[in-house]
Amino acid sequence: MATAAVSPAYAHTGESSKSGIWSWLTTVDHKRIGALYLYTSLTWFLVGGLEAVIMRAQLQGPNGRVVSAEVFNQLFTMHGTTMIFLVVMPLSAAFFNFLIPLQIGARDVAFPRLNAFSYWVYLFGSLFMNSSWLIGSAPNGGWFGYVPLTTLPSSPGLNIDFWMLGLQILGVSSLAAAFNFITTIINMRAPGMNLMRMPMFTWMAFVVQFLLVLAFPVITIALVFLQFDRFFGTNFYTMTAGADPLLWQHLFWIFGHPEVYILILPAFGLVSEILPTFSRKPIFGYPVMVYSGILIAFLGFGVWAHHMFAVGMGPIADSVFSVTTMLIAIPTGVKIFNWIFTMWGGNLRFTTAMKFAITLVALFTIGGISGVMHASPPADLQQTDTYFIVAHFHYVLVAGSLMGLWGGIYYYFPKITGRLLSEKIGNWHFWITFIGVNLTFMPMHWSGLYGMPRRIYQYDHGQGWDTYNLMSSIGAYIQALAGIIFAYNIFRSRKSGEIAGNDPWGAPSLEWSIPSPPPEYNFAVIPTVTSRYPLWDVKSPELTAEVPHSKHGDERNDISVGGKHVGAFHDHMSAGTPEGGINPNAKQASTKVSIKTAEELGIPMPYPTIKPLFAALFMTLMFGSLLLIHKDQLHVAVALVISFGAAMTFTLYGWLTSPLEPHLH
Amino acid sequence: MATAVASHAHPPTSTGLDHRKIAIWAFIGSECMLFASLISTYLIYKGKSVVGPFPHEACDPPVCATHLNAILNIPVTSMSTFVLLMSSLAMVLALAAVENRGKPGYEGVLGNSKLWLAVTALLGTTFLGFQAFEFTSFVHEGLTIRTNLFGSSFFTLTGFHGAHVTAGVLWLLTLLAIDIKRGLEPKDALLVDISALYWHFVDVVWIAIFTLVYLIK
Repeated sequence: MATAAVSPAYAHTGESSKSGIWSWLTTVDHKRIGALYLYTSLTWFLVGGLEAVIMRAQLQGPNGRVVSAEVFNQLFTMHGTTMIFLVVMPLSAAFFNFLIPLQIGARDVAFPRLNAFSYWVYLFGSLFMNSSWLIGSAPNGGWFGYVPLTTLPSSPGLNIDFWMLGLQILGVSSLAAAFNFITTIINMRAPGMNLMRMPMFTWMAFVVQFLLVLAFPVITIALVFLQFDRFFGTNFYTMTAGADPLLWQHLFWIFGHPEVYILILPAFGLVSEILPTFSRKPIFGYPVMVYSGILIAFLGFGVWAHHMFAVGMGPIADSVFSVTTMLIAIPTGVKIFNWIFTMWGGNLRFTTAMKFAITLVALFTIGGISGVMHASPPADLQQTDTYFIVAHFHYVLVAGSLMGLWGGIYYYFPKITGRLLSEKIGNWHFWITFIGVNLTFMPMHWSGLYGMPRRIYQYDHGQGWDTYNLMSSIGAYIQALAGIIFAYNIFRSRKSGEIAGNDPWGAPSLEWSIPSPPPEYNFAVIPTVTSRYPLWDVKSPELTAEVPHSKHGDERNDISVGGKHVGAFHDHMSAGTPEGGINPNAKQASTKVSIKTAEELGIPMPYPTIKPLFAALFMTLMFGSLLLIHKDQLHVAVALVISFGAAMTFTLYGWLTSPLEPHLH
Repeated sequence: MATAVASHAHPPTSTGLDHRKIAIWAFIGSECMLFASLISTYLIYKGKSVVGPFPHEACDPPVCATHLNAILNIPVTSMSTFVLLMSSLAMVLALAAVENRGKPGYEGVLGNSKLWLAVTALLGTTFLGFQAFEFTSFVHEGLTIRTNLFGSSFFTLTGFHGAHVTAGVLWLLTLLAIDIKRGLEPKDALLVDISALYWHFVDVVWIAIFTLVYLIK
């Protein structure tokens, strides 16, 4: 039996070529892919943040001269596109990847190679879109690319081409991941884990995958129409040929509104994990939390035209969408109340993760209040296209989504790396973020209502906007400082953070029953689940007295595998305490622990493979070649598209005909 | 120890279905939204073209340069629709042949999976031939993808559909090649089942297109 010390790094269980760059390029392990998504998206966060800081420097005072109007247009377009598609969605994907198999008691996702493919497509797509900066042609039509501004006559350069093609590439990544996670959640749950025993994060993630599957094809078609107009001269957005100027807006927002629920629901799921753990109470109203998530997704497809109240759709359309928009506030509000009731009467611990989670509950509500104000078309006629809207969506996205995601990082960093982030540095990170975010975005409610339009690169003095803009800019610089502190915490804690053990927080779900970081096969034995809170069933049964349990006698403390009782659920891997909490013996235990390899346990592990990376690369190059059409090189473009398409097909053929894993019997 | 090891090496799936069966349905769900967007755009732009040719009416100067007849040929397209529908029948027979290999009643033609896979692919290719003929004749009659809203939305919609049929034909030919090389046994039925789901979906989309574009004026 091999003995391997627990090392707080990703390499594990003693097989060859488990470390080094090649192991990362060929990985199909969901935990590593999750780590790749995490670090890549945090890097793009710095880029998107820099774009914001430059804009705020330009707008700090009247008649700013930091950047030109053209550069400013590129900055706000790329800031939005980067933060939505390259930061928040991939950060959520990092958690989907890392957590879903662990929370449902599975060894990996349903299609590990497709999972790797999704990541590489994201990486190459993000690099492709940002390569436009190098030639001074970054996208400049806004993150929502309205026609006719983005049609060829009005935008003759390559900027919009980079934008369209980049988004198409990124869409493939999201769709492939959605098919993967839908199959994983439906088909790979541990015995005893029926749908209403799944952790809240997995439930919200499940709902988000359906949103992705149904919303992304619509923007795909909207972009196809724009591509065909720009590359092949079709008429979808050509007004002189009779085209409807609103077609783009409808198609875009039928995607765009579900997209914002894609952006918030994962953060809601993380909050629903963090609050119960640090309140020592089960989530209040679990079934309602699940149903409200489903209802939000469902209703989210029926509100899109509230982005179009100012275009002249007429009173009937305006009224209908106004009502549906107000309705969707109900399931969202229910969640806010249930989170409050979860904490009420609980045994609260204010860790950094908890602070971020509570902040989402409070500040997302502010964003929701301004949101429901936009739901009234007459009121929105004043608010739309002003900074009042900018205030709203930054509250729900930054003070909402990102707060939840930062909380998730503090909560799950120990599970991913084996070490805790510093609570002391985390406290600084939290408070500086809190001050910065509120200082940046609260004044925008006022500058917006006092008439400051969106997307202007400069404003004159004497309009009553100066003080608010100055406050917002200072807030942005404070947020930049918070980002630096966060980066420092991450780098420092990877090397010298406190060792975590299996369950540093005393949490209830399955991922906390295995070592930190988990072995490559996740679970040595697939557990049998007895309630929604499998670990509390064993460690703190008084907390789960009132939730539904398995009905085979009193099995709250016992775990059965294959009908045979195998004992109580305890973290035998790191000699931790049954009661949970930070493992007091962790430092000694870490050198004595022996973790079996997959081979010793007879678990077949998927082969690492470079094919998903190459398939992603050829696909990106295939899309990218279309740029040459606008450099008057149609024949070269066609030749390259065919060549890269053939290379991709060849790679796919090799991928599909090679086995996923060794056939062990 | 050996049984404990084997029992957790590959746990059974929660639904009892193979992962790929569930994934293909999720994929088909996304394709539904893809074609719904294309079809909706076609319907929104119906009757809005500024210049001809038009699908169901003739047009004269000044709207068209010369007199142009209605461009859609319903009788010919009915033929190609029938061909595609028959290909779905052949697909059903191919799946049945693979699933029931060796069972009584499936020795002869009914059990010849290579034949039925080839017939499905052939009928699919015939449909594509009809499409190619239709596209080229439209171009000769003055309707290209750039001519007007009808041309843009028609060629994009039917072009995307044709691309999906082409992918399906290549998939079927791959299955046929596997059948010829090593034979498709009942344990391989899932592969044929998934391709059949895709093929039937592509057929159903054509029914919707044929009805909304060709039949309804």
